[in-house]
Amino acid sequence: MTADRRIRIVVAKPGLDGHDVGAKVVVRALMDAGFEVIYTGLRQPPEAVARIALDEDVDVIALSSMAGSHVPFCRKLKPLLEQAGLTDKLWVIGGNLPKADHDTLRALGFKGIFPTGSKFDDIVTFIRENVRGSVRENVK
Amino acid sequence: MNDRPKTSPKSPRSPQSPKPELQPVVNESGIEIKPLYTAEDVEQNGGVGFLGKPGEYPFVRGIHPLMYRHRPFTMRQYTGFGNPEQTNQRFKYLIANGQTGLNVAFDLPTQIGLDSDDPLAYGEVGRVGMAVDSLRDFEIAFEGIDLDKITVSLTINGAAPQLIAMFLAMGEKRGYDAKQLRGTAQNDILKEFIGRGTWIYPVKPSIRLVGDTIEFCAKEAPKYSPVSVCGYHVRESGANPVQEMAYAFCIAKAYADEAIKRGLGIDEFAGRLSFNFNIFGNIFEQVAKFRAARGLWAKIMKEQYGAKEPGSMWMRMIAGGGGGGLTFEQPEVNIVRGAYYALISALSGAQTMALCCFDEAYTIPSEYAQRISLRTMQLLTEEMGLADTVDPLAGSYYVETLTNQMRQKMDETMAEVDRQGGIVKLVEDGAVQSQVSAQAYAMQKDIESGKFHKVGVNCYRVKEEEEHDVQMHPYSEQDTQMQIDSLNRIRGERDNAKLKAALARLATDARAERNVMPAIMDAVKAYASVGEITRELAKVYGRYKEPIRF
Repeated sequence: MTADRRIRIVVAKPGLDGHDVGAKVVVRALMDAGFEVIYTGLRQPPEAVARIALDEDVDVIALSSMAGSHVPFCRKLKPLLEQAGLTDKLWVIGGNLPKADHDTLRALGFKGIFPTGSKFDDIVTFIRENVRGSVRENVK
Repeated sequence: MNDRPKTSPKSPRSPQSPKPELQPVVNESGIEIKPLYTAEDVEQNGGVGFLGKPGEYPFVRGIHPLMYRHRPFTMRQYTGFGNPEQTNQRFKYLIANGQTGLNVAFDLPTQIGLDSDDPLAYGEVGRVGMAVDSLRDFEIAFEGIDLDKITVSLTINGAAPQLIAMFLAMGEKRGYDAKQLRGTAQNDILKEFIGRGTWIYPVKPSIRLVGDTIEFCAKEAPKYSPVSVCGYHVRESGANPVQEMAYAFCIAKAYADEAIKRGLGIDEFAGRLSFNFNIFGNIFEQVAKFRAARGLWAKIMKEQYGAKEPGSMWMRMIAGGGGGGLTFEQPEVNIVRGAYYALISALSGAQTMALCCFDEAYTIPSEYAQRISLRTMQLLTEEMGLADTVDPLAGSYYVETLTNQMRQKMDETMAEVDRQGGIVKLVEDGAVQSQVSAQAYAMQKDIESGKFHKVGVNCYRVKEEEEHDVQMHPYSEQDTQMQIDSLNRIRGERDNAKLKAALARLATDARAERNVMPAIMDAVKAYASVGEITRELAKVYGRYKEPIRF
């Protein structure tokens, strides 16, 4: 890993939800913030998200969910990310996420939760401050 | 916390002596709005010569001479969740509360052609709409509903051929004549590639399937509207109001061209094309948008396609929804937004109205929220006089000027699409997707910077503690299991020899590039599942791969 490596983020659309306006907007904001972004496109099953995260050697795994299936999806994704050895990566999720589900998502390992209405700056700052490992040391 | 917008609202000033500090106002379509309009502005922008009378070409003032005096707009809230039994109950509740049509929401597995027991459907069955696996589900969902009195609109796109077939087959089983059966399917696949995302097959075969449904319905179910072209979702994806209409018309033309390739005359099918448009934003811009578009569509049909029947030139539309305008913050305020949307829709001469419910940004609307939306529409016709006279804003210097300006911009935008190779190519390349997504990003930045005001979001916020979730529609694993059990029962009970023959014919017809609808009708009547039919077609057509382009 080179010293000047940029933070790499995969933005995934989990499940069958086709609402990708938010995901694409966030991809653009993350790119503008200087991150390297891999966007998966729609309809990614948990296995695909874990595989892409591993193959692309990302620092951050970001999900965008609008159609309500975030909890069952994350329950399936968590063990797959663990098996892939991606527990040291930063897991974040955004979208239509009712407050009642936030604790469940945190317990499933999603450290950053960004419900609709979250600001780009807050997302970017959170990622910079919470990304782990060697990338983190190069951030500041 | 009443943080007012940084730039103060424009105060009225004498137009003769505009102060130098008067900030320019530009609407979302890029038209600068003057502080005052006079007869001179109308004249300078083309006058009122293109207005005509309501019910006459070019239909700017409305497609019918008497509009709501003859019949108020149909009230058709978007509904469906869980299994068909539950959805049937909700349909009956809405009808009992005065709803005059149905607008069916399907769950995501159904929308993208998966059966409820498909591993990819895990956690999604019945979540954002009703689960449908076979004809049996349609029989249950519409049990006890008089299809002569209540017209049904199916919000289905990728799996539209199956679901149109199920609707017609269900009607036939109940003794209705398909030739008389009314109803609508959304079935606008091109916009699914731009926004909404329930595509299945690649772009070209997807258009072919739309052509199949148009051709089939023109012959077998001539009163059924097989396509409702949606500017709505294009707008939700980031398009401005002018682009919304222009892209929708380009898409509608692509379907018309496909139908004409089959040998249909324009007047054999154009009368059954309809539209679905968005409504959020500036009130006058929206009203002008619809009036302008009505004239433009009539002109396109008459001059470019040689339509003779007035019905072929009508821009029939459903409007009232505007999810992109609603907010998670202070959700009750969405009730008020919905009321303005209903007002816009009524002022614009919509045939059908469906309002987004105040809790819709969060969840499947509750009965309570749906009833409020229904009452909102009923207020307009019963108390507020919106059904009393046709096109009430006609003659307003502002609205007529804007109507002409918007029509010109729509025309220019359509010409630009053609110059770039046409809408089908732009969708296949991902160019439209990239463009509207860039606009959505720019808009979001304007909201975050406070340049574009959004009440409750970037101004007039309340304290974090005062914000609360709305009550969520519960998701039930048990309902999912019931749906899967029911599907398995069907698989056990149906005549599998008949089914196999029907599916084999479907594959053969698809390969031979014959219209697949007759084979799908047979398959559906043999209780083929949504997933089985999709798999047969995907074997021939392949599956769409999204172009990722930023």
